[in-house]
Amino acid sequence: MLLQEATRGVHPLSGSIAEWVWLIPLLPFLGFLINGWLSITSAAHVGPKDPSAAGHDAAGHGDDHGHDSGGGAHGDDHHPVVRHKYAGLVSIVGPAVLLLSFGLTLAIFMAMLGVSREAPFVRTLFSWIPAGDLHVDAALQVDPLSMVMTLVVTGVGTLIHLFSVGYMQDDPGYPRYFAYLNLFVSFMLVLVLGASYPVLFVGWEGVGLCSYLLIGFWFTDKANADAGKKAFIVNRIGDFGFLVAMFLMFANFGALDFLGVSAAAPGAGFNSPLVTTICLFLFLGCAGKSAQIPLYVWLPDAMAGPTPVSALIHAATMVTAGVYLIARSAFLFSLAPVAQLTVAFVGGLTALFAATIGLKQWDIKKVLAYSTVSQLGYMFVGVGVGAYTAGVFHLVTHAFFKALLFLGSGSVIFAMHRAYHATHNHDDAQDMRNMGGLRRYMPVTFILMWIATLAIAGIPVFAGFFSKDEILGAVFARAHESTLAQVSWLGIPGSALLFIIYAMGLTAALLTAIYMTRMMLYTFHGPNRSGEKEQSHLAEAPWVMTGPLVVLGVLSLFGGWLNLPALLPVGPIGVLDHWLEPVVGTATNAVTGGAAEVAHGTEWALIGAAVAIAVAGILIAIVRLKPERLVPKAQAPEEHGIERVLLNKYYVDELYDRVVVRPTVWISRNVLATGVDEGIIDKLLVTWVGTGIPRLFGWFGSRLQSGQVGTYAWVLLIGVIAVLGAFTLR
Amino acid sequence: MLAFLTSIGYESWVLPTLLALPVAAALVIVLHGSASKGEGTGGLDDAAAMFPRRITLFTFLLEFVVSIGLWWVVAPGETGFRAVVDLPWIRTWGIHFALGVDGISVMLVLLTTFIMPLVVLGGWTSVRTKLHAYHALMLILTAGMLGVFMARDLFLFYVMWEVMLVPMYFIVGIWGGARRLYAALKFFIFTMVGSLLMLVAILYLGIKAGDPATGIPNFAFDQIFAAAAQTPQGGITLSWFGIFVPGSTLLFLAFFSAFAVKVPMFPFHTWLPDAHVEAPTAGSVILASIMLKLGTYGFIRLAIPLFPAAAMSPGMRTGIIILAVIGVIYGSLVAMVQPDFKKLVAYSSVAHLGMVMLGLFALTRESVQGAMMVMIGHGLSTGALFLLIGMIYERKHSREIAAYGGIAKVVPVFATLLTIVALSSIGLPGTNGFVSEFLVMVGSFKTYPYMTTISALGVILAAAYLLWALQRIIYNPLDKPDNTHLTDLNWREIGLLIPVLFAILWLGLYPKPVLTRMEGATTSFVRRVEAGASQRAASLPRGIR
Repeated sequence: MLLQEATRGVHPLSGSIAEWVWLIPLLPFLGFLINGWLSITSAAHVGPKDPSAAGHDAAGHGDDHGHDSGGGAHGDDHHPVVRHKYAGLVSIVGPAVLLLSFGLTLAIFMAMLGVSREAPFVRTLFSWIPAGDLHVDAALQVDPLSMVMTLVVTGVGTLIHLFSVGYMQDDPGYPRYFAYLNLFVSFMLVLVLGASYPVLFVGWEGVGLCSYLLIGFWFTDKANADAGKKAFIVNRIGDFGFLVAMFLMFANFGALDFLGVSAAAPGAGFNSPLVTTICLFLFLGCAGKSAQIPLYVWLPDAMAGPTPVSALIHAATMVTAGVYLIARSAFLFSLAPVAQLTVAFVGGLTALFAATIGLKQWDIKKVLAYSTVSQLGYMFVGVGVGAYTAGVFHLVTHAFFKALLFLGSGSVIFAMHRAYHATHNHDDAQDMRNMGGLRRYMPVTFILMWIATLAIAGIPVFAGFFSKDEILGAVFARAHESTLAQVSWLGIPGSALLFIIYAMGLTAALLTAIYMTRMMLYTFHGPNRSGEKEQSHLAEAPWVMTGPLVVLGVLSLFGGWLNLPALLPVGPIGVLDHWLEPVVGTATNAVTGGAAEVAHGTEWALIGAAVAIAVAGILIAIVRLKPERLVPKAQAPEEHGIERVLLNKYYVDELYDRVVVRPTVWISRNVLATGVDEGIIDKLLVTWVGTGIPRLFGWFGSRLQSGQVGTYAWVLLIGVIAVLGAFTLR
Repeated sequence: MLAFLTSIGYESWVLPTLLALPVAAALVIVLHGSASKGEGTGGLDDAAAMFPRRITLFTFLLEFVVSIGLWWVVAPGETGFRAVVDLPWIRTWGIHFALGVDGISVMLVLLTTFIMPLVVLGGWTSVRTKLHAYHALMLILTAGMLGVFMARDLFLFYVMWEVMLVPMYFIVGIWGGARRLYAALKFFIFTMVGSLLMLVAILYLGIKAGDPATGIPNFAFDQIFAAAAQTPQGGITLSWFGIFVPGSTLLFLAFFSAFAVKVPMFPFHTWLPDAHVEAPTAGSVILASIMLKLGTYGFIRLAIPLFPAAAMSPGMRTGIIILAVIGVIYGSLVAMVQPDFKKLVAYSSVAHLGMVMLGLFALTRESVQGAMMVMIGHGLSTGALFLLIGMIYERKHSREIAAYGGIAKVVPVFATLLTIVALSSIGLPGTNGFVSEFLVMVGSFKTYPYMTTISALGVILAAAYLLWALQRIIYNPLDKPDNTHLTDLNWREIGLLIPVLFAILWLGLYPKPVLTRMEGATTSFVRRVEAGASQRAASLPRGIR
């Protein structure tokens, strides 16, 4: 605590622009207020003064009530497309607040470059929850890690807001969309900037809320509303873990802010049950938010939301919050090797498992969704083995290439939608079997999507290559020498488990290359399957959409330069390593024991293996898959065997439904509600109290039965008043 | 502000005024009612019907304005009673008209005066019959509720406790739904039985605290507390089981029976769903927002501090905490499958109030503050939920969740407000729900980690039952034809919900002013009970510790 006070007092950033850090989340919040206001005022028709006076004749009501119809991305096929009356204003406010936040973040970033970054700069705004020994401040923390996250959120966020201006232009709920999107960014910034677990949790649940609202954006479709609800509830299961972790921290460390907990945690001891329990509960939270086994099931369904939402929330930012949380809690996790191995193993398993499902999806967004789950698994492998920088590095590069992939798919869907809209076709605009050969119609998207695909597959020089390689290399190195290698995990020696995780990572890399190439082949190559009439309407999206794609393409190409390995000195080495050193350096060293990374020869071999696997994956896909043989969805034959199992995602959703959801509802309804509540408790109480007691009071009984309790009540009241009054007046 | 209040002698008259205003207004309304014989429509064009509405609204607004000063009177850090009034009332029985508020009760008084104007506005057009009686009963009810929160004399407490029972009985029984008589009767009898046991205990304590020379009992809180602390070692031996039950435990159980029914604790809760469902909107709101808090207030003000050793004896404490946690989980599960939205909210109240009981009996400073915050927060968010249900019921005449669907398209303002209020009930950070439940759980975890962890599962269930209901009401396809003609909220309805929304966000974002005002009283509650429990436990014979 003393150290904290001392460092806070003389922090080099105090008095600088960093004092204004609170504006970063506040600006998007103001955008939310403005857009939300425009949305509600344009949709609302204030009701009649007396709703009881049965008048359905209020003006302007009925089916012509056009706002927020929520039919589909580009209006309902049966209505002419009309732009929202506030579309112009919203198009400016929505992205502008993000751009301002991004600018402010850059300014703070610049201010940080020149000064010592050893201690975080904590900006305390006010005392939030002071009660008993608990003192939670509304405080934001500026340090290298939060700055990396803030730059990604505001930077990629701005691009996706711009893309949305084009993508959502004809939607009747246009202001509502931007209100939710602004609110999301605001909460996301609270999440990454919060200086304590409770403040982080505000953002954590807040982004969950916005995710819920945006997944169910077109809520009149039950499937969308279902998906939103599922996301929120599954996330809440994770939040339960997060809450319990906070309770444990407060009960044992007496603090909930990062500085306080990091100061107190070592006292609990290395590999102590307490720290392990805290970390495992935290990881339950991460598994919910970042869609890891067993809580990943909500993310594929979340694709029901508009595609830019999938790009921003369900790929680039929100779902990486779990990775951020572990990197942020590195001081805890490095004390708990068993929990770390759990994180890494679950991450590896998820990476592999989701990749297999990705092999067989037809919906272009579903492929990307499972790919996201899989890549998040990689990040958890990274932060799990104590390679916090590698995990965050992959988080950043993934934000670039996955946002690009999603927005690119958004472009494709946009084009397909327009074509279908023009020809009154009701086919599935997201099914790859209905696409094919789009490279001729959308060359820019085509090239950019290939860049992102090569990046995610791990082909050298593209961004994903460096970050994925760093994670796999770290796993390999940890298996030889680290605190993780020395403990046993459920009876398995840590080093053996790490080799297993490494193998899972490599296999997942192979599958990633295959399914991504498959997606590209089916979407952009081969003949076009959308139909004769539709082909003439296929076209590249407007510049407001392709512009952000180009920026993301450049980032996907060069993002790897952020953290070049020493082995490939094509630029400054380990920039991100150096930058994050003050936050995660000690924790990383605690895991590695300060040991050097693997020998150069081994490292070359590892890189060679990874590249060979990626190339092999792409080649396998090109050789084995024949886009020419695909038929449109409507004529497609049914799948059989393992293909059918993969297509149905191993039936996990069905399993959860049968084992968890339905039994819970059934027991609640038939055992608790009608059985226990009405059948036993109420019957007993009513019999005893309702019948027995009145009988005890003899003559009252008969009156109660005949409904004369009113008389009794009046007698009671008047009696009491009379007696008391008599005494009072005496 | 305090200087101004002192200059007008605020503390000496504020509490009696708060009690007298509604009674006086009720008299005026009754007189006007007996004078006007008109059989009007009861609508907004019926002048005779508007009179009680306006008088009542005005009175409640005045009450609120008058009560606001208490915010400055009970300053942060204050531990004792303020705005104290003490007049001898019935000398031969030693009953005093003694009022006062401390950090705990002042928040509940303010909650009451804040909610009541909104309640009147909420039922502005939906109640159209016997308007004079309806409003007079609401005014009397308010006086009763405020009296309970303000009483510093045990007998006065009991009188007020009973005074509020009767108007609520009539509000449910006359203006309620189809099964209103059953519900009203059930409410009345459940509450009455509990209260009678409490009356016996109150009389016993009063006589014990009295002057043995004159034989005049004494019901002043201070004397009662002193008397309770000296409860002799006597008790009853249940010869069947060979268990010795100390006298303090018997007395505690007598209070427990009154308060546990009111809270309501599992398994004494079954009157609540019926009462909520059948009551008119105003009845539901008052029940949920204020009357349930009277039970938990009884625990924190009387039952626990009077008999700390009995309440905090390992068996009793663990038993009550288990019941509280069952209430959280069971209430949520049963809420999930209710087809009737009002019933769903009623069961969610069982869950929320279980959280309060957990916080009170976990007995840490954080958990007790949290319990108080849940009491206030539940009053706001559940009250608002019932108001919203009432508004849509007034249009569609159905509380069945299945009767709606997709109406966010038709009534966007209603949908927006319902969503915000539901989120606060779910405990979303940024709303009061999070701060309060977080405090309860983070505090209770220190003393009852496993029980608290189980209750935290309620966080998941709360999201499940409310979001599922929300989806079936405002989302999904708009497939019922008559729903396309629903009219959105009018300015009165929007206007009355705005203050609640403001309070919900305020308590979620900046609860400090409320927390610091309650801190003194809750801390001294915890200290007193801890001391009492350990002291008494030490003095008890070994066998029954």
